Amino acid sequence: MTHPISRRTFLLTAGGVGTAVGLAATATAQPTRGNVAAMEAAIKKIVGAAQITAGKVKLDLPPLSENGNTVPLSVSVESPMTAEDHVKAIHLFTERNPQPDVASFFLGPRSGRASVSTRIRLADTQNVVAIAELSNGSFWSARVPVVVTLAACLEE
Amino acid sequence: MANALINVPERARRGEIVDIKTLVSHPMETGYRRTQIGGAIPRDIVRKFVATYNGVEIFRADLHPAIAANPFIAFTTVATESGTIAFTWTGDNGFSVTESAKIAVE
Repeated sequence: MTHPISRRTFLLTAGGVGTAVGLAATATAQPTRGNVAAMEAAIKKIVGAAQITAGKVKLDLPPLSENGNTVPLSVSVESPMTAEDHVKAIHLFTERNPQPDVASFFLGPRSGRASVSTRIRLADTQNVVAIAELSNGSFWSARVPVVVTLAACLEE
Repeated sequence: MANALINVPERARRGEIVDIKTLVSHPMETGYRRTQIGGAIPRDIVRKFVATYNGVEIFRADLHPAIAANPFIAFTTVATESGTIAFTWTGDNGFSVTESAKIAVE
């Protein structure tokens, strides 16, 4: 070997640098991506100091979504929905959308069942969180991971 | 222009839990997208949805840009009496649509 750097080493290194630059460019091009801390802050704003327990809430989303622009979502909570014991509200959050809030639904004993369906946008592969607020002041949650192949477009 | 589709059963037994499906046509522009020359496209979304049963609120939703275009919301209510279930969507740029459906309870 006459050269101090072989062709193979050179190409590998160049490729690595190229990828790193590319990744940095994508990162700066999308500064609006949210993060887990932003979601925790948004949840805190609604829940306050109360304790959130996992359970009771059933969050249905396709585990793999081809199009992040419309992802069907349904959420239901185990509750008798009587005047004394009912679900007051269901809040939805995402980890990595530009804005963590998705929607808040306000129910009551006249709902009969604590069950709501809608369609949401997902900007990335991420966790979706549903938090139910019960009439006794307790909070229950469910967390579902979703893989998104085509993200909801942020650009035109 | 603004079209709303609602699905409420025409008749129900007293005390029955009925499914209600609603959809309103609206682009739900997030405010995060840009045009090809880089200008920001301003946010234009439906922010609020309210359903009332003979004038009494039975369901309410606060919406954010992460709701897909043409917001679809399905929920349930107890059929208590014959009457009208009214739906109102309100949003940015003075968007407001009201639609109602009759339900006969036996």
